[in-house]
Amino acid sequence: MTPLAKLLEAALFASGRPIPTEELAALDDEASGAAVAAALDEIREHYDVEGHGVELIEIAGGWQILTRAEYTEAIERAQLAARPQRLSGAALETLAIIAYRQPISRADIEEIRGVAVGGVLKSLHERGLIDVVGRAEGLGRPLLYGTTPLFLEHFALRHLEELPRADELAIALRVVASSDATPSPNAAE
Amino acid sequence: MSAILEAEGTRTFIVELDQFSGPLDLLLTLIREEEVEITDIPIARICEQFLARIHGLELSDAAEYLEMAARLLRIKAQMLLPRSQDDESWEDPRAELVRRLLEYQQMREVVDVLEDRSEERRNRFARGWVPSDPAPPASPLALSLPELLSAVDRVLRVATRPVLHDIVPRALDVDGAMARIRAVLSLRAMARWSDVVRPGAEPWQVLSALLALLELARRGELKLVQMRPFAVVEISRDAASEAA
Repeated sequence: MTPLAKLLEAALFASGRPIPTEELAALDDEASGAAVAAALDEIREHYDVEGHGVELIEIAGGWQILTRAEYTEAIERAQLAARPQRLSGAALETLAIIAYRQPISRADIEEIRGVAVGGVLKSLHERGLIDVVGRAEGLGRPLLYGTTPLFLEHFALRHLEELPRADELAIALRVVASSDATPSPNAAE
Repeated sequence: MSAILEAEGTRTFIVELDQFSGPLDLLLTLIREEEVEITDIPIARICEQFLARIHGLELSDAAEYLEMAARLLRIKAQMLLPRSQDDESWEDPRAELVRRLLEYQQMREVVDVLEDRSEERRNRFARGWVPSDPAPPASPLALSLPELLSAVDRVLRVATRPVLHDIVPRALDVDGAMARIRAVLSLRAMARWSDVVRPGAEPWQVLSALLALLELARRGELKLVQMRPFAVVEISRDAASEAA
């Protein structure tokens, strides 16, 4: 491996969180963006071709070294690490709505889900998957929610645009498709 | 929800409701089970089934389901209203519901995507995340012995010489004072503070006399009367104890 690739590997190993590309580039003043990208490719190939137990993943706007899925069971059985709890169906539904419609108020989420979501919002907030991103202009100035970088990490997403676009989903809104009813991850930015 | 309902021994199908994340979910499931088009819902049949499913729910738990049931009944009624064949202004009363169902279904599709992705991530471990130290430890002091001694010297010079007191333990003589008070009262029915404590008595004698007086009063051997604040305290034999 090139010296830059080794440096990046060391940094990625030392960090528990994904490191954004810009931060990786800052490790070496002389490295160009292209050189960093090439070095990242080199590390990934190194892991894949030589067959390592870890792999380099692009996630949440950065890069992270993760163990390979085939070793999860053994690691968990030995109690060296534990998989996080799965989210409930209610939590996933709420997150899906927030991801596509952010910033969105609680009332709007409840309108789509047809149930009260106060408790779900609280626990999602506690888990750091959503955050208050502002207040609406309307009556009572309700809080508006959005997803956090941890959300991307939790769902192995590079960025929000990686979620399927509304027109890519099997069920497109065919009837009475008002503009505000069409989820669009692009609108989230 | 299921735990409460099970505990109350209601019918088993209600437990199923816990599988649904809300009325829209239940409605979609019914539509799928009936294999009907979402855009052309046989509203009477679906409405009936919906009501059957939520029948027996605790009212507070079922509020959201009941609201949907009411909506379905209203749509059903609207569908029954007669209309002329070529009425262009007629709007399908199901349209709003269909829009919401489609929107909901679309969201459920996203949930499937999210579920797959989160499973993918769950099966990979990152390096254990360790929070950074809150504060670096203080650097060790670089100090020589003469410096330490001169510092001690400075402190000692500033400190004033302590004033030393000799503390002599002198127990109170409450029993002695009680005997003396009894002796005074055996001669006369009424006494005063000045009869009990000699002028120029030591503090411990005054305290002993006071405690003795209170103790005798508590035992009911004498009565202490003070007519007003700071007036002379009158000490008298207690009539009741005398009688006894």
